[in-house]
Amino acid sequence: MEWFESWGLTLIVFVPVIGALLIGLVPKEREGVVKALGLGSAVVAFLLSIVMIGQFDFGGSSYNSYQFEVDKTWIGAINANYHLGIDGISLPLLVLSTFLMVLSVIYSWNHWDEPRNPKAFLMLMLLLATGMNGTFVALDLVLFFIFFEIVLLPMYFMIGVWGDRTLRKIPGFAREVETRLYASIKFFLFTLFGSAFMLLGFLALYFKSGEFGERTFDMVQLTELGGAGAFTGTFAFLVFGAMFLGFAVKVPMWPFHTWLPDAHTAAPTVGSVLLAAIMLKLGSYAFIRISLPILPEEARSWAPFIAILSVIGIIYGSLACLAQTDMKRLIAFSSVGHMGFVMLGISTLTEIGINASIIGMVAHGLITGLLFFVAGSIHHRYHTREMSRLGGNMKLMPIMGGILSFTAMASLGLPGLAGFWGEFMSLVGSYNPLAGLPLGLFRTAMVIGAIGTVLTAGYMLYMLQEVNLGDPSTEWEGHEFRDVDRFEMMAWVPIVILIVVIGIYPKIVFESTTDTVVSLVETVFGADITASLPGGG
Amino acid sequence: MPFDIDYLALAPELVIVVTMLVVFALDLILTRPNKYWTATAAVAGTALAAVPLIFLAVDGEVRSMFDGSYVVDQFALVLKGLFIVSAYLVLLLSHQYIESERFYQGEYYFLILASVLGTLLMASSRDLIILFVGLELTTGPLFLLAGWRKGDLKSNEASLKFFIMGVLSTGILLWGMSMLYGLTGEVTFGGLSAATVGQEAEPAMILAVLFIILGFGFKIAAAPFHFWVPDTYEGAPTPVTAYLSVNSKAAGFVAMLLVMYLGLPELSEIWAPALWVIAALSMILGNLSALRQTNIVRLLAYSSIAQAGFMLVPFAAAAVAGSNLEQGFSATIIYLVIFSIMNLGAFAVVIAVGNKLGSGEINAWAGLGKIDARLGVLVAIFFFSLAGIPPLAGWFAKFEMFRSVIIAGGSATIILAVIAAINAVVAFYYYARVVKAVWLDDPAADRIPDEETESSGALRLALVITAGLTIAIGIYPSIATFVGEASRVLAAGG
Repeated sequence: MEWFESWGLTLIVFVPVIGALLIGLVPKEREGVVKALGLGSAVVAFLLSIVMIGQFDFGGSSYNSYQFEVDKTWIGAINANYHLGIDGISLPLLVLSTFLMVLSVIYSWNHWDEPRNPKAFLMLMLLLATGMNGTFVALDLVLFFIFFEIVLLPMYFMIGVWGDRTLRKIPGFAREVETRLYASIKFFLFTLFGSAFMLLGFLALYFKSGEFGERTFDMVQLTELGGAGAFTGTFAFLVFGAMFLGFAVKVPMWPFHTWLPDAHTAAPTVGSVLLAAIMLKLGSYAFIRISLPILPEEARSWAPFIAILSVIGIIYGSLACLAQTDMKRLIAFSSVGHMGFVMLGISTLTEIGINASIIGMVAHGLITGLLFFVAGSIHHRYHTREMSRLGGNMKLMPIMGGILSFTAMASLGLPGLAGFWGEFMSLVGSYNPLAGLPLGLFRTAMVIGAIGTVLTAGYMLYMLQEVNLGDPSTEWEGHEFRDVDRFEMMAWVPIVILIVVIGIYPKIVFESTTDTVVSLVETVFGADITASLPGGG
Repeated sequence: MPFDIDYLALAPELVIVVTMLVVFALDLILTRPNKYWTATAAVAGTALAAVPLIFLAVDGEVRSMFDGSYVVDQFALVLKGLFIVSAYLVLLLSHQYIESERFYQGEYYFLILASVLGTLLMASSRDLIILFVGLELTTGPLFLLAGWRKGDLKSNEASLKFFIMGVLSTGILLWGMSMLYGLTGEVTFGGLSAATVGQEAEPAMILAVLFIILGFGFKIAAAPFHFWVPDTYEGAPTPVTAYLSVNSKAAGFVAMLLVMYLGLPELSEIWAPALWVIAALSMILGNLSALRQTNIVRLLAYSSIAQAGFMLVPFAAAAVAGSNLEQGFSATIIYLVIFSIMNLGAFAVVIAVGNKLGSGEINAWAGLGKIDARLGVLVAIFFFSLAGIPPLAGWFAKFEMFRSVIIAGGSATIILAVIAAINAVVAFYYYARVVKAVWLDDPAADRIPDEETESSGALRLALVITAGLTIAIGIYPSIATFVGEASRVLAAGG
């Protein structure tokens, strides 16, 4: 398997886009071939990532050492390289991405939002897959930037073309606009604004690295320089701030989150799933991969600030959820809260906190992904997402209702299901943040975060009560509702199983992440690791 | 002093001259239905002119003539390559357009080729006189071509505005140049560079430099010298507009940078702040005005003003920071090359959509993606590339711009970088508006499909070439970086 060592990651990243190009050659009318190609390339990428788990050397995974590395000259003139590699932190996220892509294609099989056109939709999905997989494995800042941006185009079109056509009155616009039009451009502009500054930050690092040898965009080299204290002072402060803008918009952290409810609500089902499950992780992953190790000093001084924003996000997201009448919008706002926990975990700069954030990302990907799937299917059946009209779903569609209840329980952090670990551990982490961080502030954050978990339970149960319980509204009398069909089953059951498995045995994620995270925290922040992790590790 | 003429070095120019004469002769001989042969001859001649370029590039020798006033080095070759390729593309765009509306064909190609000859001369010029002659040869024929749609009042207006502004700017430019000559007694760049050491406080010198910048400002259509641009672009025949916004703009850019970089580097204290202001103003005014446009050509006109601002940023930043000009110069040239390709693509797609829908109003483009998916994809490619979205070529141009600004360092440049970053986002909005109309809006219900004209093979070829290059450079930018490398030759040799 020598070839796999050097070609594995490249294939995982580019097989989807090759699939998209092949689909482009097939005439629109031959839908069967189009779907088969789409599923085929998603499955190939997924299987390759499974093979990669098998080949991954878990014992030898440590911070700033990567496996399956490729390093080839790409833009020689500026010393930017085609540098890919994977470690214990990116592995679970990469697998999550390829896994959900397969399920999304399966779900799409007979669920197409208007105006259908499976050919174009699948091409966009696969292009998106390339961007997302690439972001998780890129080890060169320019390459990272490219992958980080590539995801915008397909998502823009997904929201804009297949999105929600409801007319909405939006402040500042004279006439009512279709939600999809407003949401798609807002999503793009916000992200672009952030990433323009992120790019300036990257370039500043590149420039500064020239003082210590050849200028470089290479994350491995920059991490070494950062660890050696190369980037300090006002320079580092500004660079961290510029990158923070780019990543925080993507996560999104309060107050940069306003694009999220619009985009998620307006997107077609699969678009919302991929957006919530994977694209949000690009931002938080970037914090762990780039901001923390390259600018450790600044990470320390920004940590309290990040913690405060995260906690505000948790509370704000939860309160906003309680005020929603639209089911999909409620789930969208819940992401703000959940990503708040992820960012709170990162801000503690401890191995517990960072581990929490990674398992939180994986869990949020699975759970919120599934919630959006179910919400999409419910909308598909009832043609409304207004919770006041939905009640009694449990009686009309028991299986769908059951899955929704299960997922909502997972989302509110029920122990024994995947969502628990991320929330619980990030609170544990903030009880005892990295030495030197303001203890009082983090403990207050912990308490407020804990209140947030109660609120989370509150709005999730509120949603269940509105949608699932009670008697069906009289307007549905005489309607026949088809319960979960086989494509939905095929797409959802694997997620349900994984949510339970990770909930009971989180070690399958920690096995991959712990060693890397521990060595990251030890080397970069000089912490003395004594605490042990729940679930071993 | 005997003049040794190196015919190989002059071969591209000579081929163009011969082609001009052939076109002229053919136009006299051919009957009206056969006039399209003049187009074929022009296209073939332009392609042929690229052949000696390849020989010269492989040879790699720096050929200098006329006491160093006319130089063929790597830099000149790269620019000549750019001018010839984009002229070739413009000719491909012109063919169907010019034939369909019963314009004078022979004269059209003759004049376009004359302008191309001017750009080629300009790329090699290393003194003020040849530079001026080249530049005027580039612009002169365009005054006529802008008014080529004789029956159309807008086209008349375009021509007249362009002519008056153009002549005025030429006068000012020449005035500045003559003052420079009067003060130093030099016309070659090398001589000027030596004679202007320590002259930055001399009032007449300041005036001369400012006049020169003002003159060039008109040529490159940068703010605040841009008022002729929207009307002229809209009124002129679309292929001529493409030529104006790419070749003629690029020629103006190269001329200005050559004068500043090779001739007046010692006076950068005078011209650097001026360029900084022009860059910032062009970006801001161009983008803000573009936001309000409803006509696609006017939108591209304002966008090209804004792009001129982006293009100036690296060079202006390097000059203001007083750091190495070489870096900024090469970034500007890379931007210029990438912009030329994608902007020509955008104009090609405007012409193709015009054939399809018969309109240049953005609203009328609604639902194009559903009517003709391939054209819709091309619109997305070129407009997103202009906006600088990866993985399309435009990202690398913007990236190089930011990179050279950051390398230059200093607070004034950081401010310029921030202005550019905000403007990049603003620009995205109006480019995306076009894509939105094409893909997100539904086609008008009352559209009559019979009015379609089939786009010609030449136009399709132009679309394929520009789209191919836009994607290829975006994915593997090393294709474009050699341009920057070539411009470093100047620093070594000049």
